[in-house]
Amino acid sequence: MFACIYVPNFLVAAALRAEPELKPRPVAILEGKPPLETIIAVNENASRLGIAPGMTKSQAELCTELALRPRSPLQESSAHAALLDCAQSFSPCVEDTTCDTVLVDLAGMESLLGSLPEISRALCDRAAVLGLNANVAVASNPDAALLAARGLFGVTVIPSGDEAARLGSLPIKVLFANQLDEEEKKQSDLRLETLARWGIRDLRALAALPKVSLSERLGQEGLRLQQLARGATSRTLVPMEEPMLFEESIELEHPIVLLEPLAFLLNRLLEQLCTRLGSRALCTQELRLTLDLENFSLFNQQSKINNQQFVRTLRLPLPMLDPKVFLKLLQLDLNAHPPGAPILKIHLAAEPARPRSAQGGLFLPPSPEPEKMELTLARIAGMVGENKVGALELLDTHHPEGFRMQRFVAEAPQTNPRETNTDSASDLADETSAVTALRRFRPPLRANVTLENNQPVHLACRKKEVQGDVLWKAGPWRFSGDWWEREAWSRDEWDLALRNGETISFYRVVRDLLGGGWFVEGMYD
Amino acid sequence: MSSAVVSTSAALGRPFAFDGEISAIKKQSKITPASVIPASRLEIRPAPEMVPSGIPAIDALTGGLPRGCLTEICGPASSGRTTMLLAALAAATRRGEFCALIDASDALDPQSAFAAGIELDRLLWVRCGEETQPGCPISRTSFAREVGKASQSAFDFDRTRWKENVIGEKASRHSEHRLEQVLRATDLLLESGGFGLIVLDLSDLPPQAARRVPLTTWFRYRRTIEHTPTILLAIEQHPIAGSCSSLLLKLDLLKNELLKNEALHATQIFRPTHAQLFTGLDISAELISRLDRKPARSVAFATKTAWAG
Repeated sequence: MFACIYVPNFLVAAALRAEPELKPRPVAILEGKPPLETIIAVNENASRLGIAPGMTKSQAELCTELALRPRSPLQESSAHAALLDCAQSFSPCVEDTTCDTVLVDLAGMESLLGSLPEISRALCDRAAVLGLNANVAVASNPDAALLAARGLFGVTVIPSGDEAARLGSLPIKVLFANQLDEEEKKQSDLRLETLARWGIRDLRALAALPKVSLSERLGQEGLRLQQLARGATSRTLVPMEEPMLFEESIELEHPIVLLEPLAFLLNRLLEQLCTRLGSRALCTQELRLTLDLENFSLFNQQSKINNQQFVRTLRLPLPMLDPKVFLKLLQLDLNAHPPGAPILKIHLAAEPARPRSAQGGLFLPPSPEPEKMELTLARIAGMVGENKVGALELLDTHHPEGFRMQRFVAEAPQTNPRETNTDSASDLADETSAVTALRRFRPPLRANVTLENNQPVHLACRKKEVQGDVLWKAGPWRFSGDWWEREAWSRDEWDLALRNGETISFYRVVRDLLGGGWFVEGMYD
Repeated sequence: MSSAVVSTSAALGRPFAFDGEISAIKKQSKITPASVIPASRLEIRPAPEMVPSGIPAIDALTGGLPRGCLTEICGPASSGRTTMLLAALAAATRRGEFCALIDASDALDPQSAFAAGIELDRLLWVRCGEETQPGCPISRTSFAREVGKASQSAFDFDRTRWKENVIGEKASRHSEHRLEQVLRATDLLLESGGFGLIVLDLSDLPPQAARRVPLTTWFRYRRTIEHTPTILLAIEQHPIAGSCSSLLLKLDLLKNELLKNEALHATQIFRPTHAQLFTGLDISAELISRLDRKPARSVAFATKTAWAG
């Protein structure tokens, strides 16, 4: 069995998917160059008001309630991609017939997804979730399903052998609905006119015509049309093999200046993207936001800009699928890196990823929720700076500040506590005594050191607490490194106990041998 | 209380003189017997679970760190506060918990953290304070550049007094800014949940700045972590959380050995400096307050440097 998903009035449906608030209003789609724009599609509300395809924009504007929207190929491609996602969430064998029609092979699906009426209802519901009102028809051959979907409203299930009877009432026009080329359209108009002159109004009448006579008058094409009308054709599907692209776009009539209205549009795009990803049981680990900007000269030079585009990439540590989290992360990112110019077009792409499979243990300690943690980290990063929050990673160097910050991932691999005990670091921190910690001053404090026999006896510093007579000292310990680089370093380290009044404190004091001068690097605490 | 009175009078078969008064009060205040819970039936707050702090001497003194509670560790410079902080973080990460360190003065030494045995993947480090390059190596050029600004403006003993005042004001504003970052980051992390240990390192903040944290903030923090397995640990110079902290420890450096050394130094019987090694600190810990109100006790322990062997 085959199912056909058909979106009637596709141009309007694509526009309404991008702007769902327009659904109760009369809507018309315009095409052409100003001032010669004409209406090419209208919704039911608009046709009730007398708006019809072919009218000019100025004529349509007389109707004040009418929402006029220019034709948007971006919206149409997004809607088409959503239609394919809907079909592919049910079956791997999907034919991309036209932009508004998709055929699905349902062979073997009944045992998985239920009876045919249930599957067709589920297909219709899934299309509605993706923002498309579709007709769904199920029949024993693809063409019968296609004709039924185009001619019958809602969900239709045609039992095998009943095709001719169910298709008989459909108007003859449905046979010529998918001719898109000009030449094919002309031919189909001619045949339609011929059949109309014969008094053929529906498929039942065409199916009843004698084969030989039809062949003599219309040739092989006539016989093909009759086979279609009888629902007796048989062909195989041409399955599509396209890369999975999850992209949504909005072109704006008026540029957006503030981030708040942008958030509304981003929310809509994110919800559509997440629904599409969810329909294929996928998540995303990377979101790419591309904004087309109006005024190139005023751009913030620090941002990554390519050909009047502002690009921000949001990389997540784990695959996620929560539009609210994505929206908040994008908002925080845009607050930290504003586009710097009015926005004309929004393009959002998601890199698909398999959902993470995590098995939580009953007796494992709790860990932060990754989604919540990502938001928290973004908020903290907005407050303290991007590179000042995260996990530590030690570098393979003897440099005293040999570390870098890396992304903190709340789902670290679970290690066996026994294994960690074998670490060299854990060996140092045995149970009997704690390791003396150093508190670093960042940047190090410049100090005035009084020497006696080349040994420090007094230290003065801008920090009042860090000065006094040297009570005890150890050193110097000489360290150097990176001499082959420009960032070479060489120094003498001293461990000093300073007496400042009644208090005694221990410090690491460094003499920079290359740059000169004494510095208090940290305090032992 | 009321139910006990009624039942007693009924058993004796004669009404007490104040039974009528109680019923009158009940009528006036519209208190029903069901809404009055006798004190004997009030739920006893369960004792918090105590987990090891990473230092056996401290565990012997306090029983460990209480979960779902605020613990304060205070003390002057070189009193072992950071050592205890790192030991607690190491113990928590070894248990498989995720930890967060909100560092008010960006003072964590990564090498010390590693030497203490912290699993660095499980530690979230929030570095509050001014914007600086992360992990920027101190080199011949950058070292001078980093300290240059500070030295030009501050390190000049011949400057006039007004200049010092300006610097003091700047430092105060900077402290307030850092404190604000610390409090906001703590709020966010506590809301996020899932951490076994959250440490607020306020050690380098001036006491007058740290005392500006409203008591309501500490109450909020305590309320947030209540009934959660999170331990909130604050490291500071003086206690600031008042009654919100369930455990208050005061650390100090034992100076006897040092003063003995000074005496030796005075008598010229002292080893050369390169023959000496800084091997650790001798710390005394005093238990100031605890939930169970046991009398104050103290304990001494020694820390050792990573190179002491």
